Amino acid sequence: MKKTQVQTIVNGRPVEFLCEPRQSLLEVLRDNLSLTGTKEGCNDGNCGACTVEMDGRIVPSCLVLGVEAEGAQIVTIEGIALGSGLHEVQKAFLEGAALQCGVCTPGFIVATKALLEQNPNPTEHEIRFWLANNLCRCTGYDKIVRSVQAAACRLQEEAPA
Amino acid sequence: MHWVDYQRPESLDAALQAFAANAGNAKALAGGTDLLVQMRAGRCASGVLVDIKNIPELNEMSYSPEQGLTLGAAVPCYRIYGDKTVSAAYPALIDAVSIIGGTQIQGRASVGGNLCNAAPSADVVPVLIALGVVCKVTSAGGTREIAAEDFCVAPGKNALAAGELLVSLHFPPPALQSGARYIRFIPRNEMDIAVAGAGVSVTLADGRFSAARVALASVAPTPLFAREAGEALVGRPVHAASIAKAAAAAKAAAKPIDDMRGTAAYRRNLCAVLTRRALEDAVARAGGKL
Repeated sequence: MKKTQVQTIVNGRPVEFLCEPRQSLLEVLRDNLSLTGTKEGCNDGNCGACTVEMDGRIVPSCLVLGVEAEGAQIVTIEGIALGSGLHEVQKAFLEGAALQCGVCTPGFIVATKALLEQNPNPTEHEIRFWLANNLCRCTGYDKIVRSVQAAACRLQEEAPA
Repeated sequence: MHWVDYQRPESLDAALQAFAANAGNAKALAGGTDLLVQMRAGRCASGVLVDIKNIPELNEMSYSPEQGLTLGAAVPCYRIYGDKTVSAAYPALIDAVSIIGGTQIQGRASVGGNLCNAAPSADVVPVLIALGVVCKVTSAGGTREIAAEDFCVAPGKNALAAGELLVSLHFPPPALQSGARYIRFIPRNEMDIAVAGAGVSVTLADGRFSAARVALASVAPTPLFAREAGEALVGRPVHAASIAKAAAAAKAAAKPIDDMRGTAAYRRNLCAVLTRRALEDAVARAGGKL
């Protein structure tokens, strides 16, 4: 019954922690590393509230063990903003009122950023399909989809021609 | 979740030793999208998780037109649909791996895991059966092969003996003028479990079906190989009337139950409709015309 030492990189910084093998990455982020921006929703992979990026892919951190983060690169919602300014996806969600209670929002933003990095100009269908693993019980999704489209426009305007 | 130990072997031998040393108490961990949920729910009492994602053979994804595709059991869905060559050669596999869970789940979940989990509704298994996939299984005692249609033996139960590990899946090279397709019916647009599903493959020659296989999801205790439905096509002209016969045979082969997702009668009807539509699409992918 021994804890395991894990070395990983979270939001660009080397991090070391001790965890039990049964602890999820979500628990480690929130309870061991105090990165409470990542939310627990269903804890079984359905709702997407706990979405983080792991080695360039979005994953449900509730279904990753903390010990599996050994040697990985993790990006959480805390790593999305650029310096002191918000990321365009965060700005678009704020301005588009794409949130009410906010519990799903970190997962949506991490997932949206990953979408726009690999598909800068997605169709509405592509947006809805990509975000199907993120559930929101407040907004009815329309404002979320509009905000993703707004963020995509802004990021494309910013991108060097 | 109860206490578990975690091991991360970096070779097949080390993994097999781990399974042998923890006989009956060890579980292979790939994406964990089924296993961790089952452990939290108390449905799996294993004390040791053996993470198989660092074993080269389980991460292999190699394709050649002569040899076909070797797919390591731990390769996650996103790597499969992210590969242009594999996507072009096996579009029916892409049909299934791009609708298992959502984007986040596909970042973790593997085809090998979907097979080992042995759910009657597993989306990828009808495709494996339709494509004639052979599963390579190994243990300290040696290696054996299991046909995809024989791998699932009961709901949640697979054909692996204690100490055996699914290493890889071998897809035959696509034949000339062949095509395959998987479609499922769900009441939502995505992120749901099949009420019924149909995976089919066809090979055409001189305006006739020269080979065909049909497999069904969610209409039996395991993913079901509807052998009669494929046989109903062989030698017949590439025509809607032939496909109607195969669809009727698929409907007759189904052994569904009533549950919260649909009634048995509804599922039997779905088998006919989904088989017909999947066959029409597979014929188109094979370059044929109806």
